[in-house]
Amino acid sequence: MNSTPSVALPDLQANRVAKHYGAFRAVDDLSFEVARGSFFSILGPSGCGKTTLLRMVAGFQNQDSGDILIGGKDTRGVPPNQRPVNMVFQHLALFPMMNVGDNIGYGLARRGVPKNEIKRRVGEMLERVSLPRFQDKRIDQLSGGQKQRVAIARSLVLEPTLLLLDEPLGALDLKLREHMKIELKQLQAAFGTTFVYITHDQSEALVLSDHVAVMNHGRFEQVGTPQQLYYQPQTPFVAGFVGANNRVVGRASEVNGGMVYMTSAQGLVMPARAMGNVSRGDAVEAFVRPEVARLARHAAVLNDAGLSHFTARITSLLFDGANSAVLLQEAQSKTEFRIALPQTGEFADLQVGETVAFGFDPQRAVCFAAGDSAYAD
Amino acid sequence: MLMLLLAPALLWLVGLIVLPHVELGILSLRERVAPRVYQPSLAQFRTFYEEPLYWHTFVRTALMSILATAITLLMAFPIAWTIAKIARGRRKSMLFIMCLIPFWVSETVRTLGWMILLRESGVLPALLVSMGLTPAPVEMLYHDATIMVGLVYTSMLFMVIPLTSALESLDDTLVEAAYDLGGNGWSILRQIVIPHAAPGIVAGCIVVFMLTLGNYLTPTLLGGKNSLWFTEQIYTQFITRFNWEQGAAFGFLLLGLSTAIVWIGLKLSGQTLGDVMQRS
Repeated sequence: MNSTPSVALPDLQANRVAKHYGAFRAVDDLSFEVARGSFFSILGPSGCGKTTLLRMVAGFQNQDSGDILIGGKDTRGVPPNQRPVNMVFQHLALFPMMNVGDNIGYGLARRGVPKNEIKRRVGEMLERVSLPRFQDKRIDQLSGGQKQRVAIARSLVLEPTLLLLDEPLGALDLKLREHMKIELKQLQAAFGTTFVYITHDQSEALVLSDHVAVMNHGRFEQVGTPQQLYYQPQTPFVAGFVGANNRVVGRASEVNGGMVYMTSAQGLVMPARAMGNVSRGDAVEAFVRPEVARLARHAAVLNDAGLSHFTARITSLLFDGANSAVLLQEAQSKTEFRIALPQTGEFADLQVGETVAFGFDPQRAVCFAAGDSAYAD
Repeated sequence: MLMLLLAPALLWLVGLIVLPHVELGILSLRERVAPRVYQPSLAQFRTFYEEPLYWHTFVRTALMSILATAITLLMAFPIAWTIAKIARGRRKSMLFIMCLIPFWVSETVRTLGWMILLRESGVLPALLVSMGLTPAPVEMLYHDATIMVGLVYTSMLFMVIPLTSALESLDDTLVEAAYDLGGNGWSILRQIVIPHAAPGIVAGCIVVFMLTLGNYLTPTLLGGKNSLWFTEQIYTQFITRFNWEQGAAFGFLLLGLSTAIVWIGLKLSGQTLGDVMQRS
């Protein structure tokens, strides 16, 4: 359906796109590219401007300034029904007055595709999303997951350059959401269409995406692979928003090459890798992930592993299967840490109030100069 | 206990609707053969069948009512759409109140208002003369078009209310999704908006059609002697001619007509009465 420009051209380009509501900058001077065939997620808290951005790409809203290029073509002044872009809405927006077949065939019929051709392509599309012979079902006869697939099929049957997804898993229950995550990824791989996915759920973004942009206050804090965001956060916001993290605020008491020793107001001294410029005496915030820290009954185990360690008292046991963790209080500074609980059985009899040791590789903790960050809890 | 609570409704139903209809039914099926002597007969219905004026009035009333309903629907739809989907906050309630305000005045006064505007010595003909559009004042009363204006004006609110509530329940993202998938204004209206609002549209049409068909005041005042509205025939039989038997027969014919047309309307639009009444 769509012309195929040269391979190098990204499917979506935004150049200095901005949208203001009065003094409020919903989207603030954004530039980014989405490569052909990739799964790109925009991850951010609600109100960060991600929905506005998506609606501008779809054409429901116009940017105040900047350009949005889809498949290399400028979209200024092109209405949504003429853009090679389709959207899967948050609540799917399937047409309840039509059956499944008519829902999927709607876009084709609007393009004037002959009836037989529509019937054939709708049938094929239903096969591809594993809903064969569902044409005559009513929308209210479908389960949540089936509705999801119909909504995606309805868009993909038009072979868009870009498929936009506006938190489509938000309304599903947890079990189905986990299942649909995998299904979405498989669908994207099978169709090869470029997906732009917005969500506030970091797990969805990490599992699904080739690239993730973390958005806050109308700007991208960081764009990278899920691994980069997780292991090399560039800003305190990303460190705090993506994955669970222990955050400690203090001052850099010693800077040694790439390593910072941070002292908190309560007197906790913690080593961490410096991200960006950190000088001695700066206000800093340090992050260490729960699964990076190691727990031990005896400090000797950590000493043998070459880790500096802290002594702490367990205040809570948070059992959650494979995601189990303990909350503990560092003995001297009373700083609270959340540490992942290994499921090896070694700690199965751990009690609240017990004193343990924990330590971590300072290379895997990160430290940022505080102050200019816009970190919101 | 339940019976006690239902008593006012039952009293109203039986006393004011069922009993009079039974009485009228009996009246319509008898004929006066001598003073105070009656016998059962279908003579009243035969008169209706044999007299072209009655026939003519009957069909004309039905057609004019259908036309008035259609015009009201066409005019009310954009208003309802504006109230339901475009206006927000204060403007929304303002628009709604503007639709409602004319109904604070009685129908007689409203119709007399139209007469003041439209009669030969009235406001509008004088305006046309002063603008040089007509050499002399034109009589704008006593035309079919005048009756139509009055009927549509009287019915507007009863169409706007069910339409607005039907359109308000339409999810905006359905319209956006259709637009996103390549639909344009007309196709979205036809395939998304109208099917969704159908129960509200049918509810409004039924109410407006019934009100129009049974309207007496507006056609009489705005149409004058030539208005030929079937309710006038009924009035004439009961009050002027004192022929209650004939009047009762006409009344039942009108009831049958409205029932038949509503039934046809429901069949054509594929709606059920229960669904429609729930939505209105």
